[in-house]
Amino acid sequence: MRTLIGIFGELAGLFIDDGLLALAIGVVVVFAALVAAIAPAVPIAAGIVLVVGCLGALVGNVTRAGKR
Amino acid sequence: MTLAWTSVAPAVSAAFLSSLVEAVEALTIVLSVASVRGWRPAGLGALAGLASLALIVLALGPLLDRVPLHALQLVIGVLLLLFGMRWLRKAILRAAGVIPLHDEALAFATGTAALREQARHHNTRLDWLAGLASYKAMVLEGLEVVFVVIAVGAGRGLLAPASIGALAACALVAVVGFAVHRPLARVPENTLKFTVGVMLSAFGVFWTGEGLGVPWPGEDLAILGFAALFLIVAVAAVRLVRLPAAQPIS
Repeated sequence: MRTLIGIFGELAGLFIDDGLLALAIGVVVVFAALVAAIAPAVPIAAGIVLVVGCLGALVGNVTRAGKR
Repeated sequence: MTLAWTSVAPAVSAAFLSSLVEAVEALTIVLSVASVRGWRPAGLGALAGLASLALIVLALGPLLDRVPLHALQLVIGVLLLLFGMRWLRKAILRAAGVIPLHDEALAFATGTAALREQARHHNTRLDWLAGLASYKAMVLEGLEVVFVVIAVGAGRGLLAPASIGALAACALVAVVGFAVHRPLARVPENTLKFTVGVMLSAFGVFWTGEGLGVPWPGEDLAILGFAALFLIVAVAAVRLVRLPAAQPIS
């Protein structure tokens, strides 16, 4: 049982290492989905939010980690 | 059906390079087990791990066809973003010297020491524990390979080319690893992780956008554009957070 729990823990770890980065990615995706729903006439707007948001989340996260 | 190289090349190279990293890590653990307890538990554990992976793929593979395409693209896209940006973050921090580089020789020594420590306490069960360590390594690293192959291949009819890329990487590591009988410490792991992180993040943005109904300019070519963007930003981030005397990316 402990082995199974360990495997599930490691499976979650495949996708989530730094909780703040995962949270930031989630926020960016939700925001992009909102933009896609609010402005269906300009679908590329959601794409721009997604690209800029992900790059911003990455830079913000590594900069914060570098300062610690 | 003909497949454009702009679709096939990124998928195959992402599958090949990420599988190379995972196979090297799995090999290190299997070699640790073999050096402490012999090839029997190491090999049996690895084979059982491969059999489990095959069962998982056979059980879950057909379900992919039943998931609506946009939902599949969105879920895979978000998972790819989490997975790829996690690798890229770690590779940036390692290249900048914030966290130490991954060392296969050290991982081998640590794994071997842990198994020897277990030998002192559980000598009668050690074959079982050693086999389990080999099994776990194969399943966990293999699941990452399976995930990457499905993520970059599903939805565009690229499962076969991506699988071939992944299998080629695993075969290459197996052949070289068992020929030299020691961990492949000279593989530039952080450069590979950096490259794969860039590619998977690019795929993640692309698939998430497709799932949200974004009409990407240039269609599949957009993946290469995203990869270039992630690469430029990641290299800039390394310079931004680099500590004095840190190691370069490659």
